[in-house]
Amino acid sequence: MSAPAANAMPLLERLPVALRDACTGWLPESWRWLANSLLSIVALFVVFATLFALLTLAERKILGRVQNRPGPNRAPLPFLGIRTYGLAQPLADGIKMLTKEDIVPRGADRVLHFLAPVALLAFSIMTLAVIPYGRTLLPVELDAAVLYFFAAGAATELAIFMAGWASRNKYSLLAAMRALAQLISYELPLLLSVVPVVLVAGSLSTRVIVEKQGEWLFGALPQWHVFTPWGFAGFLIFLVAALAESNRSPFDLPEAESELIAGHLTEYSGFKYALFFMAEYFGMCALSGMGVTLFLGGWQAPFPALGFIPSYGWFAAKLLALLFVFMWIRATFPRLRIDQLTRLAWKFLVPLALVNLFTAAFWVLSAGWAGPFAFARWVVAGALVVGPFLVLGRRLSTGLGPRTYRYA
Amino acid sequence: MLGSGLLQGLAVTAKNLAGSFHDPTRYVTTEYPEQRTKLPENYRNFPFLVHDDPADPAGTLRCVACQICEKECPPQCIYIVMERDEKGKALKRPKVFDIDISVCMSCQICVEVCPFDAIKMDQKYEIATRDRFGALLLHREDLSKSNAYYHQIHPTEAAGVDAALAEQKAKQAAAKAAKAAPAPKAAATTTTPATAATAAPAQDAAISPAPAAPPPATAPDTPAKPTPAP
Repeated sequence: MSAPAANAMPLLERLPVALRDACTGWLPESWRWLANSLLSIVALFVVFATLFALLTLAERKILGRVQNRPGPNRAPLPFLGIRTYGLAQPLADGIKMLTKEDIVPRGADRVLHFLAPVALLAFSIMTLAVIPYGRTLLPVELDAAVLYFFAAGAATELAIFMAGWASRNKYSLLAAMRALAQLISYELPLLLSVVPVVLVAGSLSTRVIVEKQGEWLFGALPQWHVFTPWGFAGFLIFLVAALAESNRSPFDLPEAESELIAGHLTEYSGFKYALFFMAEYFGMCALSGMGVTLFLGGWQAPFPALGFIPSYGWFAAKLLALLFVFMWIRATFPRLRIDQLTRLAWKFLVPLALVNLFTAAFWVLSAGWAGPFAFARWVVAGALVVGPFLVLGRRLSTGLGPRTYRYA
Repeated sequence: MLGSGLLQGLAVTAKNLAGSFHDPTRYVTTEYPEQRTKLPENYRNFPFLVHDDPADPAGTLRCVACQICEKECPPQCIYIVMERDEKGKALKRPKVFDIDISVCMSCQICVEVCPFDAIKMDQKYEIATRDRFGALLLHREDLSKSNAYYHQIHPTEAAGVDAALAEQKAKQAAAKAAKAAPAPKAAATTTTPATAATAAPAQDAAISPAPAAPPPATAPDTPAKPTPAP
């Protein structure tokens, strides 16, 4: 966490760094970096573990409300017996998970079976390290942060394959195969949707990418990437691919309970099972955070007048909004079939992402256009986004229209 | 266009999500143990027996132990034993009336065949129990419920049943009065020996002239050898 010109910022803005320095300032200079890093890890873990607990509750509440029911609202506070609209539910779930028997199948590879959830969680937490949570809150500043993020994110699929392989269960193995197919299919559009951002920002560093989005058009309109034609298309591709990468509905094929019991989770119980869920939510948070960083202006305020709210507040608001969209999508769409899933990736998202690369290149090359040319720039870029979308969208569903049944 | 259907779907769920906070038609869940919906009047699950006087439930059961319901019951979950006095005479009320509600299929045939309106369908649905066998076999005491309770759960039906019973009673009383008027001599001849022979009610004696067959001269012998019960 670097703090350039720390004293020039308002109190709330530099409060986290000030707190950290108050904790570690007494240490000798050579030890301070280690203490600071450990403190960052602890803070990250505490914040996101709390967020995980609340997200599981929020997800169930939102799904319930969408389905005309209240969701979990009965778990009382321990020893008090007061119901707090289900706020104690995560606590109850945690206790339940901890007290469950930890079963390892006799034929399972015990080491891998144990290692899979641990590795999954570790990789998920690693991805959280390079996201800038605020103006001064960047746990690890890397020049190739985006690259690092997607490398660590892709490794989570390895852990899922480990889980499926080590369980010695047909369903688990099938789920693991599916997870790999899904990874290979969706890693490509995910990365291709990010390349334009790197192209425009000219950097792989998340700090630079966010700062590049901090300028104001006409002094009031934010210059986030999502407000450009290529950025808008890229954001949507990123969103769809992120849903698939984090194994979320409608792409939750690896744990399709109607086909595969619980997929790679079939042979897991107790706290290992909880670790898988934790990792899923961490991965979802990390991908949402990356989406916010790359397309939604990171920690930047949407209007200059709203700059008094600290940057991490804005980041949190955008992150929660994006997570809400994830849950909203889960509440709406049914699960895809595996061929539909891969077809969507290869025949639709990958070509669109490739075209989007050209759109972004055009956008960069035409950056100097002024007057009527600026208008032409928007029209051309818009056509480059909408045209392929319409053409490919039509191609995607030809021959797959409403099925007619003929009875003999 | 591709995606328009997805947006429509998202709009539907968003409407449901927002509507669940202010629109009762979009938030239809009742939180069961605290809130209860009113059961429809014709809801039924298992049978019960109607009695008329809550002060004496066993004595005023409408059931006469005729066993029609026992014979009609498709899954044969009813078991009836008629109560008899020490001489073996039927007392026209059940000594045992058991319904195994783990077998009962709530078909209501027992209710339909009962000529005395003695068995009706209950609405009590919270009957979960920890005992699979004993607690699901309901005995006469468990099954006996007052007519007031019947009125409470099936108001319309119960009112109809009460009206029909009252009409029947009135008709019986009229028939009795009509019968009592032309047959005073028969009653006069039979009552004197019959009082000594059996303690049966007067109407039984009036209907069956059989006990009147022995002449009054042999009257002192008859108490020693009562007529065998049917």
